Amino acid sequence: MEKRIAAAKAVLFVCCLLPLAHYGIALWQDTLGANPIEALTRGLGDWALRLLLITLAVTPLRRATGWAWLLRLRRMLGLFAFFYACLHLVAYLWLDQFFDWVDIGRDILKRPFITVGMATFLLLVPLAATSTNAMIRRLGGRRWQRLHRLIYPAALLAVLHFTWMVKVDITEPALYGALVAILLGLRAWWRFDDARGTLAPRHRIIPIQIRR
Amino acid sequence: MLIRRPHDVPPSEITPKSVFAQRRHFLQFAAGGALSLALPAAHAGDKLPIAARSPLSTDEEPTPYRHIAGYNNFVEFGNGKEVPAERAHRLRTAPWSVTLDGLVHKPRTLAIEDILKLAPLEDRVYRLRCVEGWSMVVPWVGFSLSALLKQVEPLSSARYVAFESVVQPDTQPGVRFPLLDWPYTEGLRLDEAMHPLTLAAVGLYGEVMPNQNGAPIRLIVPWKYGFKSAKSIVRIRFTDHEPPTTWNNLQPEEYGFYANVNPEVSHPRWSQARERRIGDFLKRPTRMFNGYADQVGQLYAGLDLHKYY
Repeated sequence: MEKRIAAAKAVLFVCCLLPLAHYGIALWQDTLGANPIEALTRGLGDWALRLLLITLAVTPLRRATGWAWLLRLRRMLGLFAFFYACLHLVAYLWLDQFFDWVDIGRDILKRPFITVGMATFLLLVPLAATSTNAMIRRLGGRRWQRLHRLIYPAALLAVLHFTWMVKVDITEPALYGALVAILLGLRAWWRFDDARGTLAPRHRIIPIQIRR
Repeated sequence: MLIRRPHDVPPSEITPKSVFAQRRHFLQFAAGGALSLALPAAHAGDKLPIAARSPLSTDEEPTPYRHIAGYNNFVEFGNGKEVPAERAHRLRTAPWSVTLDGLVHKPRTLAIEDILKLAPLEDRVYRLRCVEGWSMVVPWVGFSLSALLKQVEPLSSARYVAFESVVQPDTQPGVRFPLLDWPYTEGLRLDEAMHPLTLAAVGLYGEVMPNQNGAPIRLIVPWKYGFKSAKSIVRIRFTDHEPPTTWNNLQPEEYGFYANVNPEVSHPRWSQARERRIGDFLKRPTRMFNGYADQVGQLYAGLDLHKYY
């Protein structure tokens, strides 16, 4: 089992790097169209959001399948979501604003979609910072779990950021919004159900465990 | 071939004599090209008979054709900059006519073939600044819109001009959804519309306009954000009041009626201080009236550009 999980992690690691490789190659070959910097910035944002949603899908998938080992892939997915969010942010700070901090500050204060994007990023920072085993131990499982529920508002804000960025057709952000609604709605439903105590044991929340 | 001539108005009345003479010369020179244009439908890529390069042109390096024709906002075909280039080939551009009506002495509907003969076609290399913060340099082909507008003799009460783009639900998937209020409508003050820089564009890079760029005829107002320059125009209406315009109706605080390029008035969602010229890595400062302040600044003397953005 340990070997299989290690293999799954290796495969997942490579898969999570594929979007980055795609954009690297596309930039190199100049196939990102007339405005490659815009395409790159948006693409990195898309992948940050997608990986955030995939991370949020781990628990529902685990509960649906009963495969507890899925949980052990979650940290990597979350960290990759953060990784792409960092690249997305750097693309904005560098390629869009060229580190003009006055303009960046004005953007953050005056433009709601930038404000929300920045807030999303800030919510993700403590999650990445406390992703190590040592931090989980230091915080204690319960507090750690409570902190990591910040991913819920982060997902909502990420969709809002996308929606407010779009000029007219909000179909795409609306689709992401629907997925977030499902993923968060499931959790609300479980909470409600747990409170009624009707769930079978295997559906109960598994406390986070650290493997040494 | 059907050539309708205005029997009641001698061309010499419409146009200064020197220009008229020049046009006769041009017609002789271009007869072959014009014929081939008028007979079958003109297709994107067909060569246009161009008389001269306009002195109003910029010397800046034109943006490559593939970017001008591959990166478009044309919401009638759907969202996404690459979408119009994929879908616009379906647009029916022939037969095509433009109706000029409203507050005019002689309302008319002109076939595109006749419009092409109203004035010598010129190469006009203009800067294009999109409200989204990118810009291009486009070698348009066309003539000053005033040559077209004068055909119908605007009444003295006409103060504004509204431009209406085509709606073809069978070729334009975007118009089947109420993304915008179709038909796409834009407007100018009459003095803006009559300004020599304001262009009736029928081509680019010396060729017939690609459909995704607004074939067969579109408006180009180089000192305003790109959305003012309506594509694939079918109707031009003269009014005495500011006409409602599409983007302004949708989000008045984001898209003004004037929409003059102005680095000091920022769009609520992005600064307009700088722009990325397509093909450049670094951004460049945006210029007042997109660098056409000397030519058009006087049109707005006394107007509060922060209020009338």
